[in-house]
Amino acid sequence: MEVGLDHYLILSAVLFGIGLWGALSKKSAVVILMCIELMLNAAAIAMVAFSRFVVPGLLTGQVFAIFIIVVAAAEATVALAIIMSIYRSRDTIDATKIDLMKW
Amino acid sequence: MALAFLIFSAGIIISALAVVLLKNIFRASLMLVLCFFLVAGLFASLSADFLAAIQVLIYVGAISVLIILAIMLTREITLGSLTNKQAMPALLGSGFVAAALVFSMLATDWNISTAEPAEPTTPILANLLFTPDNFMLPLEMAAVLMLTAIIGAIILVRDK
Repeated sequence: MEVGLDHYLILSAVLFGIGLWGALSKKSAVVILMCIELMLNAAAIAMVAFSRFVVPGLLTGQVFAIFIIVVAAAEATVALAIIMSIYRSRDTIDATKIDLMKW
Repeated sequence: MALAFLIFSAGIIISALAVVLLKNIFRASLMLVLCFFLVAGLFASLSADFLAAIQVLIYVGAISVLIILAIMLTREITLGSLTNKQAMPALLGSGFVAAALVFSMLATDWNISTAEPAEPTTPILANLLFTPDNFMLPLEMAAVLMLTAIIGAIILVRDK
């Protein structure tokens, strides 16, 4: 079997689907954050696969993957800080019970 | 090459499913760490050596420690990983999204190059990231973003 671009893209799509399912169906805010990280990883896999198979010498996709990792780190920091401060004031991080911004 | 791809992709999908399906949140986070490790291996199989190292350092080293700390500081483990009422519609929706992605990928005729991949990727990446013609401005904006995120996180969690 010759592994080509399609295989990596299908893997990326499946991983993205799993992450989206978890992010939509979980109650705990930390698990939702974990599933968002899965989705970001799926995007990074697609970027690196494009970089390897479409422009092997240029590596622009790998630069994009580096920026994805940077944004994921920043997002995890801020999201966990928000989770901690919500946990302190409301004693729960159940996403179905956090209704501060509900109209 | 094909064997490595099969092992890594099967491991990634199984550990990602375990993140979503496991009831114990701590075990789910450990499966997330395993998934990050396998993605690093997949990057290595795509001849992205520097990116594999970055993945291990930042995802396995930093982000997963942050997530595990958040699990330990909240009362997550006693509750377990609960699902809300929309689990089935969410499964349908995300399955539809994944299927649409796969079909559009297979329908597109990608312009695949047969050239050999660059062997040490670090000089090329350094040229891309640190020359003003390429990605220097986005790199500086990423640094500003990191600083903003750190200051924002400190302001959010400090005592009033």
